[in-house]
Amino acid sequence: MLPSVSRRTLLGTAAALLASTALPRLARAAEGGRLVVAADSEPRQLNPAIVASNGVFFIASKVVEPLAEASYEGDGLRPLLATAWEGSDDGRTITFTLREGVTWHDGTPFTSADVAFSAMEVWKPLQNIGRSLFADLEAVDTPDDHTAVFRFSKPTPLQLIANALPVVSSVLPKHLYEGTDIAANPANGALVGTGPFTWGEYRPGEYYLLKRNPAYWNAGEPHLEEIVFRVLPDRAAAASSLEAGEIQLAAFSAVPLADLARIAGVPGLEVVTKGYEALTYQLVVEINHRNEYLRNLKVRQAIAHAIDKRYVLDAIFLGYAEEATGPVPKNAPAFYTGDVTTYGFDVEKAKALLDEAGFPAGPDGVRFRLNLLPAPYFNETRQFGDYLRQALAAIGIDATIVANDSAGHQKAVYTDHAFDLAIAPTVFRGDPAISTTILVRSGIPAGVPFSNQGGYVSPALDALVDEALVTLDPAKRVELYDEFQRLVTADLPLINVADWSFTSVASDKVENIATNPRWAVSNWADVGLEE
Amino acid sequence: MPRLLRRVATRLLGSIPVLVIVVVGVFLLLNSAGGDAVDAYLLSIGGGDAQQAEELRIRFGLDQSVTARLALTLAQLARGDLGYSVALNRPIGAVIAERLPNTLWLMGSATALSFALGSALGVLAGRRPGSAADRLLSAGSLFLYSIPNFWLGLVLSVVFAVRLRWLPVSGIETIASGKTGLARAADIAQHLVLPVSALGMIYLALFLRVMRAGMVEAWGQDYTLAARARGVAPWRITLNHAARNALLPLVTMLGLQAASMLGGSVVIESVFGIPGFGRLAQEAVAGRDGPLLMGVILVSALMVVAANLLVDLAYGALDPRVGGPR
Repeated sequence: MLPSVSRRTLLGTAAALLASTALPRLARAAEGGRLVVAADSEPRQLNPAIVASNGVFFIASKVVEPLAEASYEGDGLRPLLATAWEGSDDGRTITFTLREGVTWHDGTPFTSADVAFSAMEVWKPLQNIGRSLFADLEAVDTPDDHTAVFRFSKPTPLQLIANALPVVSSVLPKHLYEGTDIAANPANGALVGTGPFTWGEYRPGEYYLLKRNPAYWNAGEPHLEEIVFRVLPDRAAAASSLEAGEIQLAAFSAVPLADLARIAGVPGLEVVTKGYEALTYQLVVEINHRNEYLRNLKVRQAIAHAIDKRYVLDAIFLGYAEEATGPVPKNAPAFYTGDVTTYGFDVEKAKALLDEAGFPAGPDGVRFRLNLLPAPYFNETRQFGDYLRQALAAIGIDATIVANDSAGHQKAVYTDHAFDLAIAPTVFRGDPAISTTILVRSGIPAGVPFSNQGGYVSPALDALVDEALVTLDPAKRVELYDEFQRLVTADLPLINVADWSFTSVASDKVENIATNPRWAVSNWADVGLEE
Repeated sequence: MPRLLRRVATRLLGSIPVLVIVVVGVFLLLNSAGGDAVDAYLLSIGGGDAQQAEELRIRFGLDQSVTARLALTLAQLARGDLGYSVALNRPIGAVIAERLPNTLWLMGSATALSFALGSALGVLAGRRPGSAADRLLSAGSLFLYSIPNFWLGLVLSVVFAVRLRWLPVSGIETIASGKTGLARAADIAQHLVLPVSALGMIYLALFLRVMRAGMVEAWGQDYTLAARARGVAPWRITLNHAARNALLPLVTMLGLQAASMLGGSVVIESVFGIPGFGRLAQEAVAGRDGPLLMGVILVSALMVVAANLLVDLAYGALDPRVGGPR
């Protein structure tokens, strides 16, 4: 039965909505239209509450929404399903006020029970990021339909949870998932959410079709009638489909860097570099500290000095990247500090350091030999592997490149530790505690990708990481993470080379591109298509 | 007719050991590659913890030993069940049923195109060896043959789809178009023009050259001389005497090429975004999905066996000396 709605309450709700959201005013996009987007992969598991990854969010975030989305405005968050959140003084509870008047795509009202269920039954036990982030979450209380109180067994910084909200807090409908095998629920293949688009159709190998949700809680949105994610694994096909006008958008650098200059010259297409600020990827040299040479700090310093970061930015990233100074990227200004040990490009100094370390050049000019495993997932990581080999040769280190495919690389580096140096594209996810400290923290079991598998142990760094995890005061947390950056750059458990984001290529008919720092993986409610 | 049936049956039975060897070999090969399906999956989602990896291994059945998994898959296959794909999270039979028609259309059309056009041009070139037409066609075919098919695909796509916009860039049909019946068939045909051309052109050159060589050889044979002496019309000698005999090695080639075309279609399917068999094989390897790869290989092998069987039958029809009693 539908609840009866009087004109007054309707007007009242509309006014409240307008006042409460206080969103930046965006250009009003034209109504209607089908937006066709290139998708380079088809995730095995498309439920964003279980798999918090960009590949999943790219498609699923239009259907299933999180509590909050990243924003260029204010404190960096825009309320979605939660309108406010507040932490208690002891750091053991966080209270979320939830949006009213939201319904699931099947018409059932959205309530705090859905949030409690998602948190306790999905994020905490099943989600790749939530499993560690919500490890101390004891219970979620629901005093009323629009309040959810998260109770933690240990003090948990509100700052950390808030920063993680866009990634970890996709809410699932309890009435469809309760009492089922959540990971195998049929709704994972035909998502049901509260988002601006409803699930349409999936044709494996061909496309995903999403349709406008006429009952979306933010009246007036979405502007598009349909979004089609066209499966195009070949990058050249993505570029030519754009040129031929068959697709209107290719995100996540689906058009390779080398083609961007040409594509930018095609009338009707534009290259957009904004909209990925909260999805920074980091080019990192991973080091196996079990190696007799690499165990020596002077050797690690020498390698850092041997890398010409300027050249890497210009030749490999064609300018679409920034030099990294440490484990936190510059476009995370809340946490970044430049006050760290830096390593300028200096071949002579690098050689001197190796001499000091007691590894003189042999008669063939070689001091010692290492193997080097570049991650195969990006062109840039493979190309940097080739560059690093040459840079190391210049200081007398003979590196042999070992090429694997994705699964082979994961096994060799993160499970078998069969590497000396590896090149990884790690991700900074808005807060150092989410996926950055794990890169240097000791005691992580083998088999965990993108974590410290190089056998590095620093009690001082471990203590710092653990202290920051339970520090509630945001300013104090930032200080601790500044110190974290100083320790990492001084002792070099790994070497950060560059920070890069992605580019989008879009038809100039697509309106409201890059309206938030996670744009490609946000809900696209405001995106429009000019007729 | 019963003799024909018996031949088909013996051929199919005879191919079973080959199929078993192929399937087991592929399984072991994939298993010896570093990493498993869980590694591939964890990487695709950007990481996960060790306990999660362990749970997934149990869920995917990877906690079993290699021999146990191989035995299970073989037992399933023997029952005609292709099993379940962990990489795609769907039953393998359904996936194959979905992808196979696309590849069959692509390969079938490309084979028909290259065989028909290749043999016709081969007759033209071999009609008078050394003539201007022969030299032009021979040089042209050599040029075509030297082009890698992915490059040809890209060039065709840039010219006809991007620049001229006559044909679609990629896909097997217009997405979510709601077309049915003839309109849909026309739509699919339009999408197939470029990939079929890219795949077929290379083999066209091959067929042309083999046909021409056969023709040249036939001209030196006594029977063409005899026919000429009998005063048979030149076109009749060309078609009935020279070409018919030159066609035999071509038919043999057809069977051999079926396998290599399957390989070529991997590349073409990727360039033109066609959800076919080749791409499925690639996804199976990247996802370390043994059962899926076995399914793909098994069906591909069956296709090759079937193609060769057809070739044998055609051979018997073309050359009365072959296909006697047995």
